Amino acid sequence: MAYILIKEDKMENRDIQVQGKKEIEAQGELTQEGPFFVPNVDIFEDNDNLVLLADMPGVSKDNVDIRIEDGQLRIQGKVSKETPGDYVLSEYSIGDYYSNFALSIIIDQSSIQASMKNGVLRIVLPKSDKSKPRKITIKSN
Amino acid sequence: MFPKTFIDFPEWNVGNPFLDFERMRRDMNRLAERFGKGLPSFSTAGVFPLTNVTEDGNNYYIRAELPGMKTEDIEISATNSNLSISGQRIIPREGDNVRYHRREREAGKFSRMISLPGSIDTDKVEASFMDGILTIVLPKSEPMKPKQIEVK
Repeated sequence: MAYILIKEDKMENRDIQVQGKKEIEAQGELTQEGPFFVPNVDIFEDNDNLVLLADMPGVSKDNVDIRIEDGQLRIQGKVSKETPGDYVLSEYSIGDYYSNFALSIIIDQSSIQASMKNGVLRIVLPKSDKSKPRKITIKSN
Repeated sequence: MFPKTFIDFPEWNVGNPFLDFERMRRDMNRLAERFGKGLPSFSTAGVFPLTNVTEDGNNYYIRAELPGMKTEDIEISATNSNLSISGQRIIPREGDNVRYHRREREAGKFSRMISLPGSIDTDKVEASFMDGILTIVLPKSEPMKPKQIEVK
């Protein structure tokens, strides 16, 4: 545990390195112009939930679409591509976000919660009772 | 084994070739846009955060993607023709019992200087932060603004 604490402390104090946005191919034919990006995500689980955090700057809470189909979690975020004036310097491109995840555990679909804050999407997927870890006791004769 | 390496067919299913064309076309457009105006290259400065700078007759606009940050964690200061953005992105701990599957979101400190092509009115610089995008509006100083000259 001590090791983890030290590691996280270091992580926050070092300088952030530039990562370019990850451009992807859209599913199917392109219906709109422009690039698509895969958001950077954190995925973790505890005993009750599977939580996904995705960085989607420029996406407001009304422009995000979350779907679960055939054991796949799909997230899509639309951004406004309007820019005032003419470009002087362009270091990043603007485009919608798209990502797809295979869910390896059974999710209780009725109580999924999602929120969007400052361009970060947070989805809490509660595990169904079937996929919660169960402690197995060994009987001895 | 042998026939496969011998024939060496190109991969057909590498994805949508039109996407590559589209990407190329966009790069070409950007290139043309830059050369047309004689502006510097589009390579990045390699410093976080990546920024886009635009201008119109009255203002420069600087935009940067800083998802998950709070306004109080971002510090901006402006001089005559330079702007500095610095701050710290903190990703809160998610409790002791969590097990990570993926961890791509980065935390850390950053500090960046941006030189503007002209001088600005530092008193009127305004910054806003929405949906994880920082937008700074920098009004050009009076002598920098384009003036229409009437022909008599």
